[in-house]
Amino acid sequence: MVSALGVQLGVVGAYLVVALAVGLLAYRLTSRDAEDYYLAGRSIGTVVLLFTTFATLLSAFTFFGGPDLAYRAGPEWILVMGVMDGVLFAILWYVVGYKQWLVGRAHGYVTLGEMLGDRFGSTRLRAVVAGISLFWLFPYVMLQQMGAGEAIVGLTNGMVPYWAGAAGITVFMIAYVVIAGLRGVAWTDTLQGLFMLGVVWLAVGWVATAAGGPTALSNALATNEPEFLALGGGLYSPQFIISSAVTIAFGVAMFPQINQRFFVAKSSAVLKRSFALWPVLVVLLFVPAFILGTWAAGLGVAVPEGANVLPVLLNEYTPVWFAALVIAGAMAAMMSSSDSMLLSGSSYFTRDLYRPFVNPDASEAREAWLARIGVALFATLTFVASLFRPGTLVSVGDTAFGGVAQMALPVIVALYWAKTTRTGMFAGILGSQAFYLAHVFVPAIEVGSVTLFGATYLTWDYALWGMALSALLTVGVSAMTAAAPEENQSRFTDGLRAD
Amino acid sequence: MTRVRIDYRWIAVFAILVTFAVPWFLWGDSRVFAGLPLWLWWHIGWMGLTAVVFHLFTRTAWDRGIVGEGR
Repeated sequence: MVSALGVQLGVVGAYLVVALAVGLLAYRLTSRDAEDYYLAGRSIGTVVLLFTTFATLLSAFTFFGGPDLAYRAGPEWILVMGVMDGVLFAILWYVVGYKQWLVGRAHGYVTLGEMLGDRFGSTRLRAVVAGISLFWLFPYVMLQQMGAGEAIVGLTNGMVPYWAGAAGITVFMIAYVVIAGLRGVAWTDTLQGLFMLGVVWLAVGWVATAAGGPTALSNALATNEPEFLALGGGLYSPQFIISSAVTIAFGVAMFPQINQRFFVAKSSAVLKRSFALWPVLVVLLFVPAFILGTWAAGLGVAVPEGANVLPVLLNEYTPVWFAALVIAGAMAAMMSSSDSMLLSGSSYFTRDLYRPFVNPDASEAREAWLARIGVALFATLTFVASLFRPGTLVSVGDTAFGGVAQMALPVIVALYWAKTTRTGMFAGILGSQAFYLAHVFVPAIEVGSVTLFGATYLTWDYALWGMALSALLTVGVSAMTAAAPEENQSRFTDGLRAD
Repeated sequence: MTRVRIDYRWIAVFAILVTFAVPWFLWGDSRVFAGLPLWLWWHIGWMGLTAVVFHLFTRTAWDRGIVGEGR
């Protein structure tokens, strides 16, 4: 057993160090691109854009949370993530992303807050948008640390404690940002994404062979978890599927690390190609990852308290080194995607909060240092919060996506409706945040036959009601108020030209 | 005039793509084909179809609803 632990830790440690070295090397080799990227030179090509965005799919939410949910509740999560990432998000990629790209190119924006602040002539709006984005980025980064901790527990069967895994990835995350430069290395995301895609299919093949083939596996499922094969049932109601897919898709489009990508594409051809490839990538990654979780349930694999199902399953059906390699690969991919989360987050902090409010004349060197310190501090705080383990990976992720999704409809209204006013934006964004936060933090209370602050109203998730409220407030208040003189009403509609 | 009608057509196409990515008509169905649930095969096929339709959109209708009115 000791030797197994040695192999596991050796493989994980070596992989993380190699990944860090590759990141560093890649950064040195492509410094021009990386620099452009940091300066948002709008020079990111198809492959890199697609895969850095794809790397977000390789977060702990999808890669560890997804299989866990499939293990506990059945494989329908594939459908939720498919609709959400493959179809809805692709459409938002066009509706929000392409539009933002055009507007950003015309006026030189780099962050969402900057774009809205300029359109509505309000630094305060800019700060509010940046602040809300950073607030919800916090649980999302925390989720990566929770995922790493749980993965290590699963891999080593609890011999390495949860906090050690979470601490490990935190150290690597900070090292990645500080050593490999604050510029981020978009294409190590690409390499790691491709590696994970290959390895997860290998894992499916390996487990399927070891367990007697897909038919034997579905028979085992029919015997042990018969309701898993039927569509729906248990957790999966139509309301759950629709609510989760909608709130996560809109949330993804508003998260800093994704939303900022909308500004950096080199040409619209890049956006077009990514758009059409999206559903295929989603199926290629999610079907094997989540089916592994489902198979584990059919095989009766027992998952220790506080561990992920994936490493436990792999340990049982594949060699020790292979299981460790998959987990190391997933952790490295999470680490490099955390890098882009932190990078985008730091640009929101320096451009939208620090410069406009604290020190407009800060030198670039000072700004870079401040951003590094900010990143280290942010990652340390999320690590501390991750030790409290406020929920499962999926529930924490869901809360974060839902929170940031509350901004999506006001932004879309502003992008397409020139009569949107500043007051309308404030009402829509702050009103829905207040509604959402109250539902996250205030315990449910019964008033007569109605439950207030519960998980759902009329069986639909409160996140969805919050989104409806945000649209209603934005449109309603805009219709009732006049534009302030500093607003640039035609900014998002006039003068846009395609390539 | 035709431009506007085509816009609505694409909205309808997108709505259909979203709606049937989940095979609602197979709700409760537990038939298995080649080791995977039938509804999962539908989903995989539908996502392939979606990619093809998205590709057609980028070829023929990109910029719709965003750029081009009055050009």
